Amino acid sequence: MTEAIERAIGPAPVAAPGQPPLIELVGVTKTYGEGTAAFQALAGVDVQIEDGEFVAIMGPSGSGKSTVMNILGCLDVPTTGEYLFRGVHVEELSRNQRALLRRHCLGFVFQGFNLLARTTAVENVELPLLYRGMGLKERRAAARDALKLVGLDGWETHTPAELSGGQQQRVAIARALVTHPLVLLADEPTGNLDTHRTKEIMELLASLNRERGLTILMVTHEPQAASYASRVVHFIDGTVERDAANGHAGGVH
Amino acid sequence: MLWNTVHLAVKEMRRNLMRSILTMLGIVIGVAAVVTMVTLGNGATKAVSDQIASLGSNLLMLMPGQRFGGPNRDRGSAPPFKAADVQAVQSQIPGIKALAPTASASVTAVWMAKNWSTSVTGTNNDYFTAGNWTLASGRTFTDGELAGGAPVCVIGQTVRTKLFEGQNPVGSAMRVKNFSCEVVGLLKSKGQASMGRDQDDTVIMPLKTVQRRLAGNQNIGAMMVSAKDGVDTEALKARLESLMRERRRITEDKEDDFNVLDTREIATAMSGSTKILTALLGAVAAVSLLVGGIGIMNIMLVSVTERTREIGTRLAIGALEREVLLQFLVEAVTLSSFGGLIGLAIATTASITLTRVMSLPYVFNGQINLIAFAFSAAMGVLFGYLPAKRAAGLDPIEALRHE
Repeated sequence: MTEAIERAIGPAPVAAPGQPPLIELVGVTKTYGEGTAAFQALAGVDVQIEDGEFVAIMGPSGSGKSTVMNILGCLDVPTTGEYLFRGVHVEELSRNQRALLRRHCLGFVFQGFNLLARTTAVENVELPLLYRGMGLKERRAAARDALKLVGLDGWETHTPAELSGGQQQRVAIARALVTHPLVLLADEPTGNLDTHRTKEIMELLASLNRERGLTILMVTHEPQAASYASRVVHFIDGTVERDAANGHAGGVH
Repeated sequence: MLWNTVHLAVKEMRRNLMRSILTMLGIVIGVAAVVTMVTLGNGATKAVSDQIASLGSNLLMLMPGQRFGGPNRDRGSAPPFKAADVQAVQSQIPGIKALAPTASASVTAVWMAKNWSTSVTGTNNDYFTAGNWTLASGRTFTDGELAGGAPVCVIGQTVRTKLFEGQNPVGSAMRVKNFSCEVVGLLKSKGQASMGRDQDDTVIMPLKTVQRRLAGNQNIGAMMVSAKDGVDTEALKARLESLMRERRRITEDKEDDFNVLDTREIATAMSGSTKILTALLGAVAAVSLLVGGIGIMNIMLVSVTERTREIGTRLAIGALEREVLLQFLVEAVTLSSFGGLIGLAIATTASITLTRVMSLPYVFNGQINLIAFAFSAAMGVLFGYLPAKRAAGLDPIEALRHE
């Protein structure tokens, strides 16, 4: 596991005894703008996430859930505080190092799918592997496996325009999974889908978490989607208001 | 990494064929226009200088009367040259290779049932040297024919075609005015002269023949003076002028009533004007290249703006800024240089076809090909690269949010 981080950013700076937690936020704040126009999106967040968890981050608009997601996804850095990814201080990494960390350790699923247009499903899924410099045959095989995993075998040569919203999101999930990430980050993955497709996608994510032990962090404002998670973190006004295990994860649907 | 990026770029271009074609189109048109225009202009310049060279080199034309627009506009009032003037030039001025007095007349030549209106020039054998004429067949005049004003002639290719068609005219006798004239020689074609005058539409006879049988006087219309190689035509011209002033008794306070024309002057003037024309054409084409460049700029800007989300996605899944940039740079370079090459191919085809249609020589100009190609490629690369640089430098979050 730490091998992937080392490939991304070189030898781990801290040789901590035992396995450090996968993700640890310590007193993270985020302020946008300066002076009187300054807006504090996060006001001191402490969260710890272990391997194999399925965490839903919820909260109303402006509660800071997207901001924390961007920080967790290494797309953004905290203004103050610490973000430790398997013991590595992400806030100290350069832009390129964070990109490499994303490349090797993280998988992203977006609300708007963000697939390349006019590009077949299998080529979309291959994209992260291309940046890893993997050869064509290996890449193609891995992409086909990932598509099979999300139940899209037979759809490899279809372009996004030929796929339904649910299928497009499955392609996006396959693209995130193809690199075998340590964490899958999903930002409102069902935001553009109807209830039926939402159910499909959430069941897929839940089964990936259950059967393959994939760690999933998901931002959502839909209680239906959040109910699949094993843990729900509620944000309000830039702080964690409630952080609790979800008793009936993936339950009564 | 580089190979991978090239691979990505080529894939991207194939996938967005329409966008790629539109981008290339601007470059293709710009390059094709500028190269074709300049090539045609160069062809025209070459044609003009070729024609002037065919008039004869180091040639001075001595004519009575003033040049156009001079104070003594009435040429008729100036006395013509006489045989004595020719002798004076011959004996008193050094450095002359050929001296041909000429007398002209318009006639209708008849052979069998055909007739053709043409102009007759009476002269001597120096005329062929001075005018750069060569014989296709037959001979020039004998001394006896020149001295006796014999009814013989050498004809140009146009007269041959009009009267004799495909046959060899040498040895035949054609009727000119009221006498029968034996064709002793046939000139090689010189082609169209400048300003549409056909140099091959000519009949050449001994001077005395024209004076006696056609003009009915001893006048000499003009003298063609060809300088020896290495002789300064300016100095020769000055000598001719002072000799003629003296012979024609022109006092200090009077203007010349004759005129010495230097073909090199005409050549300079005419090639100067075609050069101006070429420059003008080039300028028009440069504007079209610029417009093409702005087209490239537009489509590149639009395409990169349109692809900001794509850039965001690539950055989010772990592409480095320089990888994204390199991809766009490779795309821009490939599109621009490919478009440039197509443009050059079209320009070459169009230039060869058009020069053939306009009967101009095709002159390949490597410099303009290079400049046009380099300019459009630079436009493509610059305007493909700059917006991509901006987009790749964006926060991935910002780029992803872009609609």
